[in-house]
Amino acid sequence: MRRKQQKECGALIPNFKLPTHYAVFNSAKASGQAVSPDCNHIGTLDKTPTSFAINRSATQVESRLPLEKVQQTNLVSISSGYTENWGESNMADASPKTDISTDADTDEKSQRSDRGKLNAVVASDSSDRSKGSLDQKTLRRLAQNREAARKSRLRKKAYVQQLESSRLKLTQLEQELQRARQQGIFISSAGDQSHAMGGNGAMAFDVEYARWLEEQNRLINELRTGVNSHAGDAELRIIVDSVLVHYDEIFRLKSNAAKADVFHLLSGMWKTPAERCFLWLGGFRSSELLKLLVSQLEPLTEQQLVGISNLQQSSQQAEDALSQGMEALQQSLSETLSTGSLGSSGSSGNVANYMGQMAMAMGKLGTLEGFIRQADNLRQQTLQQMHRILTTRQSARALLAIHDYFSRLRALSSLWLARPRE
Amino acid sequence: MDRVRDLASKKAAVIFTKSSCCMCYSIKTLFYELGASPAIHELDHDPSGRDMEWALRGLGCDPSVPAVFIGGRFVGSAKDVISLHVDGSLKQMLIDAKAIWF
Repeated sequence: MRRKQQKECGALIPNFKLPTHYAVFNSAKASGQAVSPDCNHIGTLDKTPTSFAINRSATQVESRLPLEKVQQTNLVSISSGYTENWGESNMADASPKTDISTDADTDEKSQRSDRGKLNAVVASDSSDRSKGSLDQKTLRRLAQNREAARKSRLRKKAYVQQLESSRLKLTQLEQELQRARQQGIFISSAGDQSHAMGGNGAMAFDVEYARWLEEQNRLINELRTGVNSHAGDAELRIIVDSVLVHYDEIFRLKSNAAKADVFHLLSGMWKTPAERCFLWLGGFRSSELLKLLVSQLEPLTEQQLVGISNLQQSSQQAEDALSQGMEALQQSLSETLSTGSLGSSGSSGNVANYMGQMAMAMGKLGTLEGFIRQADNLRQQTLQQMHRILTTRQSARALLAIHDYFSRLRALSSLWLARPRE
Repeated sequence: MDRVRDLASKKAAVIFTKSSCCMCYSIKTLFYELGASPAIHELDHDPSGRDMEWALRGLGCDPSVPAVFIGGRFVGSAKDVISLHVDGSLKQMLIDAKAIWF
């Protein structure tokens, strides 16, 4: 397997830290057992006697393949029938025997040694008498080697854990910083600001979205002025068109962002908390929006009522279809990650399975972008169709109503975040 | 291409899919929701699947699946289908092709 693939696969193995707002799959549905995003979980795993677990975490960024071989080279004699386990769920129980008892007579059970027994290996001189094929000096040396190797792996693991938590802290700080910047607080940065923004798809989008919102506010105010001053249809149409074109712009920005970081969009972290409540496939639900509008748009002609009603139904149907596709995707992904975690045959077969599973899972994750794109397409088409059905003045009022609704949700979020707590 | 055209003409609504494609699942769901029973052809289970996929791409279908045909005519991919559904055209096309009745 190529190095790059190894790295990617390495990134996907259990120790990989998934972003905390990975809400889509953060449910009991996913085979959460196998993939633990929490480093601390590895810490508890470490309590198992085997260096297998330690070795895994220590080499998480490197090759996954020769894991077993690494164990073999470290150790002298391997207990005859240990289980190959890739799933962490197996960690807690019978772990592969990597602590070597030089006593060939001992059966498999006693070879499942715990840490205490590791020390006993050093003092295995007594059992050596019964074996006799390896002398004491060699045994002691081997035991010391094992001990040194184990300590080295522990140190490496601790270091990697430190790195992981530092990385998380760094990401959090970056997000805080970016949020603060958005609010207009001037913060001098070490590097070039635009470069820092461009490098991170999520942050870049957040900034673009903030700018879009500002421009949206400006356009809406213009529209409101026009409506309140009873401006002529021609004038209103220009402003309405510019608002719609501006909506096209956010969908274009989201499309780019979906390529860079689809999970950021899906998480809704770029929206305020109250808006996130209503999140559907990375945005608002057109059908819900139309329901809100109908009452505010009266009077409507018979034809318009039918048109809006049909539009509501169509968008609802499309939303349902996309939702079901997403569910199918989740299910498929779960199945991919949960099949064949226990291999019966040799190690190479299992590793190949694992790699194959990951490759398939990667493919499925790639289709998420398509779903976000179609959801946004649906939103865009719904807005356009609504505009077609309504008169210019009605469209203007509709756009004002939509904006006011989301503004209130955002205001609600601010109030919520600022609420006094015990 | 011939096989694509041939299959597309056999039923009022025809959708070319792949068994692993979840967007195809969405579009199928939409058709069922509308009361249509489209013919489904899974390219990954068809011996000439590769050629068919190539032909669909040649028609401008990107991604190649799902590819929707109504009344033997190529309608488009998921994006086109959703857009047509929103403005009401999809339903009318299905009625005209006698895939649905109302």
